[in-house]
Amino acid sequence: MNETQPNSFQTMPDENGRFGIHGGRFVAETLMPLILQVEAAYNEAKIDPVFNERLLYFQKHYVGRPSPLFFAERLTEQYGGAKLYLKRDELNHTGAHKINNVLGQALLAKKMGKTKIIAETGAGQHGVATATACALFNLECEVFMGAEDVKRQKPNVDRMRLLGATVHPVTSGTSTLKDAMNEALRYWVAHPDTHFYIIGTVAGPHPYPEMVRNFQSVIGKEAKEQLIEAEGRLPDALIACIGGGSNALGLFYPFLDDTDVTIYGVEAAGMGIDSGMHAASLTGGTPGILHGNRTYLLQDDDGQIVDAHSISAGLDYPGIGPEHSWLHDIGRVNYVSATDEEALVQFHLCSRVEGIIPALEPSHALAFAAKQLPLMDKEQIVILNMCGRGDKDLEAVLPKLDERGLL
Amino acid sequence: MSSRLAASFAKAKQENRGILGIFVSAGDPDANASIKILDGLVESGVDMIELGMPFSDPMADGPAIQAASLRAIKSGMTLKGSLEIACQFREKHPDIPLILMGYYNPIYRYGVEPFLEDAQAAGADGLIIVDLPPEEDKELCEPSHNSEMDYIRLITPTTLGDRLPFVLEKASGFIYYVSIAGITGTKSAQMESISNAINRIKQVSDLPVVTGFGIRTAEQAAHIASLGNGAIVGSAVVEIIAESDAQNLSVEETAKKVSDYTKSLADAISSHNAEKKIFKLF
Repeated sequence: MNETQPNSFQTMPDENGRFGIHGGRFVAETLMPLILQVEAAYNEAKIDPVFNERLLYFQKHYVGRPSPLFFAERLTEQYGGAKLYLKRDELNHTGAHKINNVLGQALLAKKMGKTKIIAETGAGQHGVATATACALFNLECEVFMGAEDVKRQKPNVDRMRLLGATVHPVTSGTSTLKDAMNEALRYWVAHPDTHFYIIGTVAGPHPYPEMVRNFQSVIGKEAKEQLIEAEGRLPDALIACIGGGSNALGLFYPFLDDTDVTIYGVEAAGMGIDSGMHAASLTGGTPGILHGNRTYLLQDDDGQIVDAHSISAGLDYPGIGPEHSWLHDIGRVNYVSATDEEALVQFHLCSRVEGIIPALEPSHALAFAAKQLPLMDKEQIVILNMCGRGDKDLEAVLPKLDERGLL
Repeated sequence: MSSRLAASFAKAKQENRGILGIFVSAGDPDANASIKILDGLVESGVDMIELGMPFSDPMADGPAIQAASLRAIKSGMTLKGSLEIACQFREKHPDIPLILMGYYNPIYRYGVEPFLEDAQAAGADGLIIVDLPPEEDKELCEPSHNSEMDYIRLITPTTLGDRLPFVLEKASGFIYYVSIAGITGTKSAQMESISNAINRIKQVSDLPVVTGFGIRTAEQAAHIASLGNGAIVGSAVVEIIAESDAQNLSVEETAKKVSDYTKSLADAISSHNAEKKIFKLF
């Protein structure tokens, strides 16, 4: 480790919400007082035993935590190298890790006396999780979703509506996740007194990146305990996919100071980094300011945001959480990428050999595991975050698997 | 305060009226048309230009200005191109204050120091950067103090209590009062709430207060301009550009439509106070 590295990787953000040069609070004045209120409320809540007990209660009895840590014996055999453990967050209620964060923020909104919730969603997983928590806690729910995604992810739109949420199709800009987030922020600006904005990933203005990370860190904390119980030691490596990066940071954060653990974040390379059709902000982007924070972004020379591309709607975002940008800058986490094609192959393989239908998002993590595990010794251990289940992706994936003669 | 801004406010004060500021997006619908539209604005009696530097993701703007930004970007407009338009404007109109409005990312990408240097060289009088609250003053506000440009703060209905003096601490030029909690071009504020807010601001600062967001009609502009030191109209103007663009009108026709509208605003602001004067005589 070189001397510029800190003694602990768990001291960020600073009081201005910075992770190195990244993070911050780049929002319009109308939002600033709201952000400050959220920060003050969260700082109070995180040390409030009553709040934390309530959160724990719902994590256990409603979500089904702890999620299992499963030794994937047959995938390990297939890859032919290190032992692969899957952190089964796809078994959570609503089928992904998103609910971990949503419960925390919904409880915070209740504590603040807010009655209405705003959320943005891409594939619809965060939207479904938010609509679920709103039903549970008797909150009104308004979800902003790109008009294109509304069409592509109809089952999730139906679930949200059944759960009582209002889904606003967003037609501004390019009608995708980034525009849904713009529109959610615009809506919040216009409804500052009644609404709380539940951001779905480790991005946005401070304190969101920190708050979402902390709510998701339950993943890594459990995984650490579970692996110590199963194997009596820490893993050699962690692997997780990254769009905004909340499932990844949730797994990584509790291990950041265990510097013998090598960490890999897998971005979506879409049709390949060189094609320009990808969503790999760290591999193919540059630092900039969007959605309230400085972070690596896909942008052109003039600072205009460029559309992301990925087969997985959950990774299809032109930015990334600021803490990942910092971990990239200091080299604590290795950021790699996997293409649409590689993810598809693993989607199929994991279904066939483990009986687990992974979401397209963690299929990207599997795609990197398929390359990395064979390079490691058989005694080594890797934990991969199986952050969501793939039922939502069948409509998009099955024709593609058919084309390739895999079904 | 920049000398052009000071002169503009002084002239309006002498005429017992507020100033009229007009927002247009640089390069909307293209660079050439943009310059003609700006000329028309000046001819119609506009006191101040707020020139938008287009950004793909304008978080504080409503559909009209979002569309204006996208039209401009589509026509090839860049930050550099926006500064070139400012420069051409300045050569033709040495006295009309020009404020650059935008979002931070294109500036960050361009480089803060080169941007400040080039914006000043282009003849800009001030900056309004929407997504830089005082918490981020180290980014651009503090470096801008070495330039002669004013750093204009936005005050909103949510800027209350101790936050008001905090936000105004490093303000210069004038104060832009955002009259609604919301985005540009949507709802309009009640006159009473604007009047109360301006009074609140005036207790903390001696700077002129100019109000914007949700101003559409000549009557609204005239009334609001009289409450403080001026009014800024944006969405209603770029909607005319959008309509003209959709109808494939010539550049001259578009510029004429825009200036007819802004002249109606300018006239209403002038006569509103003339009426008030008459009342005072009685």
